[in-house]
Amino acid sequence: MAVLSKTTIAHLAEHLENAELQAFDVTKITDDYPDMDWEDAYDIQYEIRRRKEARGHQTIGLKMGLTSYAKMKQMGVDVPVYAFLSDYFSVPDGGEINMAALIHPKVEAEIAIITNQPLHGPGCTVAQVLAATEAVVPAVEVIDSRYRDFKFDLKSVVADNASSARFVTGGKLKRADQVDMKTLGVVMEINGRVVATGAGAAVLGHPAASVAMLANMLAERGEHIPAGTFIMTGGITAAVEVKAGDSVRVRYQDLGEVSIRFV
Amino acid sequence: MLSTAQIQSYAEELYQALRQREMVEPLSNRTPDMTVEDAYAVSSGLLERRMQRDGETVIGKKIGVTSKAVMTMLGVHQPDFGYLTDAMVVDESESLSLSTKMIQPKAEGEIAFVLKQDLIGPGVTATDVLRATDFVVPCFEIVDSRIKDWQIKIQDTVSDNASCGYFLLGSQAADPRQLDLSTVGMVVELNGQVISTGAGAAALGSSPVSCVVWLANTLGKFGVPLKAGEVILSGSLVPLQTVKPGDYMSVSIGGIGRTAVRFD
Repeated sequence: MAVLSKTTIAHLAEHLENAELQAFDVTKITDDYPDMDWEDAYDIQYEIRRRKEARGHQTIGLKMGLTSYAKMKQMGVDVPVYAFLSDYFSVPDGGEINMAALIHPKVEAEIAIITNQPLHGPGCTVAQVLAATEAVVPAVEVIDSRYRDFKFDLKSVVADNASSARFVTGGKLKRADQVDMKTLGVVMEINGRVVATGAGAAVLGHPAASVAMLANMLAERGEHIPAGTFIMTGGITAAVEVKAGDSVRVRYQDLGEVSIRFV
Repeated sequence: MLSTAQIQSYAEELYQALRQREMVEPLSNRTPDMTVEDAYAVSSGLLERRMQRDGETVIGKKIGVTSKAVMTMLGVHQPDFGYLTDAMVVDESESLSLSTKMIQPKAEGEIAFVLKQDLIGPGVTATDVLRATDFVVPCFEIVDSRIKDWQIKIQDTVSDNASCGYFLLGSQAADPRQLDLSTVGMVVELNGQVISTGAGAAALGSSPVSCVVWLANTLGKFGVPLKAGEVILSGSLVPLQTVKPGDYMSVSIGGIGRTAVRFD
């Protein structure tokens, strides 16, 4: 049951979206609205999405966040969070990201999938996700929480579109039957130095489990994952801070590599 | 620099600690002027005792302290090596008795190289390692320390045969020519839960191949070759995990395979 009024939801959405668009930080919204619930948090996120779409931006995908068991335990929750990707979040492989447009960005290596059939929860399984996977592609997410010094709780994060800011995809495309997403290794390098490594199982045991959970969470709002959806499944590596001048390259087992530079 | 007598005394002390399953005070605390070279001399003395008194034979080498995670955990900043003997082998079909064989065990997932040609440093390159490798296999190393509470500096772990305990090789083999060993992923599960993941580049920030290159060139300085048929454990790609009786662990490596170990 939502507790915030429609006016408050609209106000908080505008507040958080302005912080994103103008690159300034804010304090976490639960400081002022301690009673807000999960439904309120997603209502704010959906209002931000509506605002962008109303200005002509297309929503081009979905993402999962907080998909590591260690991080969930640390935050005291047992489900991950989801958010949407707007068209202008996409940066071409090898492209540049202007630090001035962001607050305090961090990068995470992820595995993304593109579906070719709709996925409906509740009860969506890993098997159904694999059967509905048209392609597996590498993706690097740039997260940029709008909250000062990354001080937040989970509801504040959900309202803030799960810190979504930019992403880059590229490398090689594989079918689900050509890769083992669970053991697929990733190596993140900044300025040629390895800063993090991991494998797909860091994401809820299997990246497809993350997508199944997304379908099941969307079902709670009466929604589903349509065919043709690009989904970033969640961070395999820890989020790593970047600064102007950094060149980030992520190498993937069997999926090539993607890179971006921060200027 | 330690005297020969001191080196032999430490070797005897560590040998007795190994056999009696007892811990000793860190050597580096007792003789702060001990060098890494001294430590390798102690390690050789320890190995000689195992071979002469117990008839153990060397079947390979292990490289330790290769990942940033392990370097941070142990507070050391360079790799090390130890000797593998036939007495350290655990088969996939067996469980390992921690209570009768080990003191303070920790397990780590690794990639093991089996050689088909000798490698003699210095001057060994990654190409030489690939040419000399017959195949790679998934591996668990169960390390142990005879040094009290794992309070090790590099001199302590080197003296103690690089904290070697037991190792287990999987029964799936892969050709390293068909893999990019720097991006192969590793997933370690403890009692059915994923506890850590990593990839090949966790090894020296490069690749497990670089670890074997380092070993061949380091041993080359001592005139010791890596021999055809030897097993080389290339170092952990994930943090060390403390284990206890009843635990079950598996390691899966992308493109190579998996293995598992049970502890009693």
